[in-house]
Amino acid sequence: MKDTGVFFIYLAVMAGVTYLIRAVPFVLCKGKIKSKYIRDFLYYVPMAVLGAMTFPDIFYATGNYASSVAGFIVACVLAFFEKSLLTVAISASGAALAVNLGMMLLK
Amino acid sequence: MSSFRKGLGDGIPIALGYLSVSFTFGIQCIAVGLNWWQAFLISLTNVTSAGQFAGIGIIVSQSGLFEMACTQLVINMRYALMGLSLSQKADKSVRGVHRWGVSFGITDEVFAVAMGNRGEVSNRYMYGLILLPVIGWSGGTFLGAVAGSVLPDAVRSALCIAIYGMFLAIIIPPAKKSSAVLKVILIAVALSCCFKYVPVINRISGGFAIIISTVVAAALGALLFPVPETESKEAAE
Repeated sequence: MKDTGVFFIYLAVMAGVTYLIRAVPFVLCKGKIKSKYIRDFLYYVPMAVLGAMTFPDIFYATGNYASSVAGFIVACVLAFFEKSLLTVAISASGAALAVNLGMMLLK
Repeated sequence: MSSFRKGLGDGIPIALGYLSVSFTFGIQCIAVGLNWWQAFLISLTNVTSAGQFAGIGIIVSQSGLFEMACTQLVINMRYALMGLSLSQKADKSVRGVHRWGVSFGITDEVFAVAMGNRGEVSNRYMYGLILLPVIGWSGGTFLGAVAGSVLPDAVRSALCIAIYGMFLAIIIPPAKKSSAVLKVILIAVALSCCFKYVPVINRISGGFAIIISTVVAAALGALLFPVPETESKEAAE
């Protein structure tokens, strides 16, 4: 992003919206949300967001299908066994790196 | 021990965790064509993971500002829920300008630690708790951006999958325990894949695809699989 002015406009919108989402309910709220439906909706939002952000983009993450799939498989297995976020993230990268290096050697 | 110092202490493990995750954000920023100070400023002013990763995609593709606002709104909507819960936990020192100050640092982990305290929390405690995680988050981004400029391609591209690995580590354990959560995730994933591969609708840009997938999946989830009271309470606290 070369145009610094444009960058600052995006930054202001991004940071402004993110801040207001945090601040407005915290500043205004005195009571509990009454609607069970809204509460359930908010309960599911984080999982749905992360699912939509992860797929199908994870298969293109490294710019190379083979190393992305390797990272994906390792991440799934470790996440299934409930390893820490850091362990899963680093191991997925490690698997992708191994495949990247392997492919460089084969060429 | 003053409550500010107690907050600082409680923030150390959060800051260490952030250091590593934000490192990959810094690398990603360089990979998509931003420079180090842009990466650093994004982290310093936003202090959030998923929203930032989605946000840099929108900045780089120069999509609309409305799309940027909507994407941040939906992805970060959980903070509104956390803000509501935290407002019940804050003591009377957290009022007026302090409400606006403390809310800057409401993240998933800060929220979880604050809610884990016995009794109410003060503004001094909250400022202490927030300080180191914000430094860790923006400092890690800076280091990642610098490293991203010098690391070889094979390493840099491999690190780009780290954030997705982290997302999987967040969603898979609850999906194992609750078939409702699993179904909501699968709906969101299926929709997101449709927006990528199905002709015509794949012209919808990435930010809106995430918003629509999320809202539809979560709305269907709330409609079809109402959450048992105890479970939703645990998640909110």
